[in-house]
Amino acid sequence: MDRELLIPLSTPTAPETVSRIKRAGRLQSRLSDPGYRWLLLVVAGVFGALLLAILIALILQARPALVHDGLGLLTSTRWDPVHAHYGALSMIVGTLITTAIALVLAVPLGLGTAIALASYVPRRLRTPLSALVELLAAVPSVVFGLWGLLVVAPWFAGSLQPWLKSAFGFLGIFNGPPIGIGVLLAGTILAIMILPTMAAISRDVIVAIPREQREGASALGATSWQVVSGVVLPSARSGILGAGVLAAGRAMGETIAVTMVIGNTDSIPHSLFGQGQTMASLIANEFTEATEPFHLSSLIAVGLLLLVISALVNGGARLMVRSIGRSAPGVGVM
Amino acid sequence: MSGAGSDLEVGSDFEGSFSSLDPILNRRAEVQRTAAAKLTRRKLTSRAAALFCRASLLAALVPLVAVLSYTIKRGISAWSLAFFTHLPTPAGISGGGISNAIIGTLIIDFFAALMAVPLGVGVGLFLSQSNGKFAYVLRFGADVLAGVPSIVIGIFAYAVLVVTLKHFSAIAGSFGLAVIMLPTVTRASEVAIRGVPRDVTEAGLALGGRKAHVARRVVLPAALPGVITGVLLGIARAAGETAPLLFTAIGSQFTSYNVLHPMAAMPLIIYFDGIQAYPDLQQAAWGTALALIVIVFVLSVGGRLLSARVRRSVG
Repeated sequence: MDRELLIPLSTPTAPETVSRIKRAGRLQSRLSDPGYRWLLLVVAGVFGALLLAILIALILQARPALVHDGLGLLTSTRWDPVHAHYGALSMIVGTLITTAIALVLAVPLGLGTAIALASYVPRRLRTPLSALVELLAAVPSVVFGLWGLLVVAPWFAGSLQPWLKSAFGFLGIFNGPPIGIGVLLAGTILAIMILPTMAAISRDVIVAIPREQREGASALGATSWQVVSGVVLPSARSGILGAGVLAAGRAMGETIAVTMVIGNTDSIPHSLFGQGQTMASLIANEFTEATEPFHLSSLIAVGLLLLVISALVNGGARLMVRSIGRSAPGVGVM
Repeated sequence: MSGAGSDLEVGSDFEGSFSSLDPILNRRAEVQRTAAAKLTRRKLTSRAAALFCRASLLAALVPLVAVLSYTIKRGISAWSLAFFTHLPTPAGISGGGISNAIIGTLIIDFFAALMAVPLGVGVGLFLSQSNGKFAYVLRFGADVLAGVPSIVIGIFAYAVLVVTLKHFSAIAGSFGLAVIMLPTVTRASEVAIRGVPRDVTEAGLALGGRKAHVARRVVLPAALPGVITGVLLGIARAAGETAPLLFTAIGSQFTSYNVLHPMAAMPLIIYFDGIQAYPDLQQAAWGTALALIVIVFVLSVGGRLLSARVRRSVG
């Protein structure tokens, strides 16, 4: 080939060469690039179709219940499979309570952890300590459930709850028999599970803030906390909010650990010591036992609600976290 | 600092007599007085805040240590050769094991990876080479999918494979876990492939390689460590999941190799045995929990170490 080009036996005419190159080019494009591009497009299309299929499959399976239960699914607290009455308000409230407990505990702790990992811990220890915090996220949910049920619940019942009752019983939220399992335990376990999400994302957002901004504040005489509260936190605000929303999304959808420790009672708990049910734990508990026609469909309708909420929450949070990530390098204060 | 403080006080006393005459001096004295008083408070606040942050970090590590140490303590005492080689026994009969669940988890996770990895890497390749609207939507979709509760994925797997096949099956569980792995594999692949220097890709193209050829022989091998990290983290995430298996693979008392039938899995053993009141079943749950933690940690720590090493060698 090369020899032929270098020492042509017979010099080809210009049009001949042009047509040869054109032919080769056509062959090339026919054999490779469009095929490759199409293959990738098909793969991407399959993925897109899968995403849509999740929504469509749930809507189709939930439709009988949506027609049968109507708005009662959202507004009624009566979940009564025997009489085909399906109102999931108790579970919606249960989900909100456990998520709120988790956030109250995990947001300050997670934020403090993130600030410590970004500013207060010796540089050498930052990577290993960050890795340890994130390792918490690798512990399977069912192991947290087992630990919560067999280790933390007895401690709650024997020590923490009696103490809370005597010290803060007047608040009205720490009432009822202290038996360990219940919404308070579920919220606490959830807090542990969402802590790595809160801490890791907040840390990433904080670390992304330009060094010059912090050093500028330090040079003006700010104490280390004033640098954090006056410069770091305001700049990282939207990213930290995003981390909180993502963590809330995880807490709302978390299933097995909650199912094991919440007590599984289909009613609104009267206090934080009470037992309850979240949307996810309801599905986990009753799905395989659902034999009535509308029971299964109603459970899937609850799943659909969970899907829609989590999609909104996660979509919103991702937009927040990403927008701070994009704008951070260009942010100018002075 | 105390020296500076007393200086300020002397100054303010001295200028106090002129205060009514010169408003600027008056103002300066006031600022200096306030600053001196505030400095102590600022330092105290700062110290308290630093203490809170360090305490938070410590508190965040407590559950990790507590869960791990307790699981190791209870798990080790459950472990024996029989535990790994025997089938489960009913409550009250000792000598039971979880061999069927170990085999089941390996089979279910293998088929899940078989479904998720080619699709995930393919989508990652597509995303890394495309910045259009479609790619944006898919990227966003992958992010949202990562946050969809695993129980919802379980319902989806049920609707797609259990309803159509009309019985519970391990392959439905694999399908659910594959959906859980997908976002991790996709995003890790995209990031890894984007990290391959342009020069390398262009050198391949300049040598006359076709795009598909360059992707397979140049880009993917260069991105392989990152892709493997994503795959390992994805499998680690899926291996610990219970909810998607609850009404798909559903569990079994026996060893099964047929993916069209129900199959045991380690997370299911932990769940079903853990909520029983029998001490020997709880013991089995702890033993399984320790084994599962070991598997998940090896996968995820291995994945992270791999990506850390690659990042060091590149950067």
